[in-house]
Amino acid sequence: MRPAMPHVPPAADIPNGGARTGSTSAASIRNFSIIAHIDHGKSTLSDRILELTGAVEERSMRAQYLDSMDLERERGITIKAQNVRVSWRGHTLHLIDTPGHVDFGYEVSRSLAACEGVVLLVDAAQGIEAQTLANCYLALESDLTIVPVLNKIDLPAADPDLYASEIERVLGIDASEVLAISAKTGEGVEALLDAITERIPPPSGDPDAPLQALIFDSHFDQYRGVVSSVRVMNGRLCAGDRLRFMHAGGQHLSEEVGLRLPAVTPTDELGPGEVGYLIAGIKDVAQARSGETVTSAAAPADVPLAGYDDPKPMVFCGLYPVDGDEYPDLRDALAKLRLNDASVTFEPETSGALGFGFRCGFLGLLHMEIVRERLEREFGLSLIATAPSVAYRVRTDDDQEVEIDNPSDLPPAGQIGEIAEPMLNVSVLTPSAYTGAVMDLCQSRRGSMTSMDYLSPERVELRYEVPLAEVVTDFFDQLKSRTQGYASLDYDHAGYRAERLVRVDILLNGESVDAFSAIRHRDGAYPYGKAITAKLAELIPRQLFDVPIQAAIGGRIIARETVKAKRKDVLSKCYGGDITRKRKLLERQKEGKKRMKAIGRVEVPNEAFVSALRLEQ
Amino acid sequence: MTDTGSASPSFGIYCHIPFCTHRCDYCAFATWTDREHLIDDYMASCRRQARELAAELPAVTSVFFGGGTPNLVAPELLGEVLAELPLAGGAEITVECNPDLVTAEQMQSYEALGVNRISLGVQSMNSGVLDALGRRHDPEMVAASVDAVRRAGIGQLNLDLIYGSRAESVSDWEHTLARAIEFEPDHLSVYGLTPEAGTALGDDPSRHPDDDDMADKYLLTDELLGRAGYEAYEISNWARPGARCRHNRLYWRQGSYAGVGCAAHSHRDGRRYWSVRTPERFIAAISNGTSPVAGSEELGPDERRLEALQLALRTSDGVPAGALPHDVGHLLEPAGEGRLKLTARGRLLANEVAVRLGLPSAR
Ligand SMILES: Nc1nc2c(ncn2[C@@H]2O[C@H](COP(=O)(O)OP(=O)(O)O)[C@@H](O)[C@H]2O)c(=O)[nH]1
Ligand code: SF4
Ligand SMILES: [Mg+2]
Repeated sequence: MRPAMPHVPPAADIPNGGARTGSTSAASIRNFSIIAHIDHGKSTLSDRILELTGAVEERSMRAQYLDSMDLERERGITIKAQNVRVSWRGHTLHLIDTPGHVDFGYEVSRSLAACEGVVLLVDAAQGIEAQTLANCYLALESDLTIVPVLNKIDLPAADPDLYASEIERVLGIDASEVLAISAKTGEGVEALLDAITERIPPPSGDPDAPLQALIFDSHFDQYRGVVSSVRVMNGRLCAGDRLRFMHAGGQHLSEEVGLRLPAVTPTDELGPGEVGYLIAGIKDVAQARSGETVTSAAAPADVPLAGYDDPKPMVFCGLYPVDGDEYPDLRDALAKLRLNDASVTFEPETSGALGFGFRCGFLGLLHMEIVRERLEREFGLSLIATAPSVAYRVRTDDDQEVEIDNPSDLPPAGQIGEIAEPMLNVSVLTPSAYTGAVMDLCQSRRGSMTSMDYLSPERVELRYEVPLAEVVTDFFDQLKSRTQGYASLDYDHAGYRAERLVRVDILLNGESVDAFSAIRHRDGAYPYGKAITAKLAELIPRQLFDVPIQAAIGGRIIARETVKAKRKDVLSKCYGGDITRKRKLLERQKEGKKRMKAIGRVEVPNEAFVSALRLEQ
Repeated sequence: MTDTGSASPSFGIYCHIPFCTHRCDYCAFATWTDREHLIDDYMASCRRQARELAAELPAVTSVFFGGGTPNLVAPELLGEVLAELPLAGGAEITVECNPDLVTAEQMQSYEALGVNRISLGVQSMNSGVLDALGRRHDPEMVAASVDAVRRAGIGQLNLDLIYGSRAESVSDWEHTLARAIEFEPDHLSVYGLTPEAGTALGDDPSRHPDDDDMADKYLLTDELLGRAGYEAYEISNWARPGARCRHNRLYWRQGSYAGVGCAAHSHRDGRRYWSVRTPERFIAAISNGTSPVAGSEELGPDERRLEALQLALRTSDGVPAGALPHDVGHLLEPAGEGRLKLTARGRLLANEVAVRLGLPSAR
């Protein structure tokens, strides 16, 4: 979780000096986000901006000031949006960070809704990437002003002219408007700040209209409860007012509003165009989700702001405690985690193999990994995750439609009329040398091409329709390895499509293990069955008896491996009366058994669940 | 020296001789190849430790000189240690010997000192396999050594064998067994080759033994030795009726024994302890009059009970039938008096069975 908000005595840390009353005139305000691909320099540029505007003194500057969550720093991506307010040559700038991964696309769109412009930051040695492009289109659709910037011009490999003309071609922005900077050396950053104040329009909004404030991020602080990032559109958001949350339907008292300079600084109100934070005694982020419209309870607005959506989980898996006794701890941990991440869903489920656990839903694979890692790291749990699955729509014989996110819930083959699976529109940007490799990958994942466009003679955008299930395995890793890291990926949901899908069951010693069941396209079922049985045969240690491992569709066996019975496991010599060593070896062996899950009579190491399910294709 | 069960209170002495002329590829024992200059001081320290111990010892029923290579040091030096000990009448006195150092005179000296059991490090009767184990002797030396033991009139002979080298075919092993049986030893200790970290063998995975090959060789061993009249009384030990090693049995029965020298283990009054590992530190401790004990442990009653079962499971005494779950029933056979012991296949899986000990018998 985030560190608790530092509560700074107002006068100490405020460059603009002293506590503030009243709101800032909208004409001097500029609200913007930086859109950038991972590693193109967003954090470095943010640091430079904080420094140049004096918001953070150099001595307290730590690299990448805004990336605060441990996991975010480790992975070098931003998951939760942050925002900060700075002053530049008579203007007030709000820098609104956006999440940096396609799993969090909805959060990006909500962050953009709080802005009038974006800085498009592109590595001058790499060019624009798929997700950046997608976010730019999103910004253009919302009529935001784009300030295009090429970064890292200090690098010998930088080619600003080439990539400026690429930007002109794909976004229709004149190449002469593209700024060139080095976020590292600071070169050009002042000019960029000037361009932001000149090109991006000030917010409009009526201070006397009923309050409409957009929440674009919320997180849970253990001392203050939910802290939301807000942008006021119309009216005034005042401390002490009664507020209505128009989508969630709750009423809450505005306990505190304030600014992030970036030190947290309470203020008595926020006016139109201003960005800050709101604390309203809320205990659960689901009551204050991104996209929420906050209005006044006394004089409410007629309608909420447009664009609210309830992001649906796309990827599901079962999470089980390795030690069954930790089930209640897992339940508590999930409940706590949800206070801070309303997009995780969970409900209890039981598995014949794994016992009691939860079916959890996530925005995407990265989100799933992050949640799992946080559960283990922050709550000290040790978990088994079942294979990620998507939600299928199954039409049964009697014309009922059911949605199924756990393969073992699939009705018997005889009762199924049709199974439809979720599809994605996938966009891949790649150097043209790798076009063939990308096409091979997409085709092997049952993709069908929808378009192919050259951004320049060297770079191409390929668009495919691909089943989501094919993307949630190792698609991204494969794309990276087949293009030596050069290709980038973005995707969008594209509805459902009926397909010839079957469930592949895995039997250990004759017993079906629900945790290993998977839904596959009929053509992929046989290779899948072969691969997973082979992998399990590697991962399951020899036992006291032969263990057959089979893959089956319905009752029909499609693949089989056998782990031969173990024949030798003995400590031959007890040297010179050293009984202690012998006993310790046995104790260690016993400990080892605790890291196994007994499935029927078969002892399966916990790693087998993880590795077998991460099957390379 | 025949095994008389637990009728008379037995007490053993293990004396460690940490010197070798050369380190074998699989060896992780506390032994050194470059410290012969320490031998005199070391043996004098052992003698002093034995003398100090002797005052409070019961009658000693077995003494085992192990190593290392005990026949690398002059027999008189072993004799001086022996002379300090309150030996029981008919005590079993064993010296471990490397065939490449055995001489007729050496064996005569041992006999004169009261040594009545020789344990020969044969390992294999195939010279290629011996090379692959990093041993320095050849099969002819074994024949000569056996001859020397017999001529000196030492009554009991054990042969140590090792199976499982990658360089050893099943028929090589069968040959080793056949030759060993021809020597008509009273006792055979047959060990599976075990890769230990830090040894030449352990650090080269391509030389690690294969479990299935080891299992085949073990079953062959049990069959051939059984047919030749040897009883498997412990996982790695076979003896003619009446020729079981009294000293080793102490280990399996939680018996009492005291170590002399470095890296030697002791077990007395429910406490296990062990001495410092190097000869230098041992010599220093004895000469300073400080304790050479490096570590110890005392088990609680439950741990002790479990340990007793784990040890008994290794032997033909077996364990009470109720101590084991049914899923390993196919690895067990009756041992009389409501007890079960491991079959030959079961002995190969002794660890798997041992970790189940103490579980409720119904599952
Ligand atoms: N040479 C050079 N390196 C830069 C520049 N800006 C950022 N970097 C480096 O690029 C890497 C990624 O930068 P970072 O700000 O973390 O990117 P982010 O993932 O977009 O936040 C880091 O190693 C930075 O030091 C620049 O202008 N010049
Ligand atoms: S002779 Fe024995 S103690 Fe010496 S190195 Fe070889 S195996 Fe080790
Ligand atoms: Mg960053």
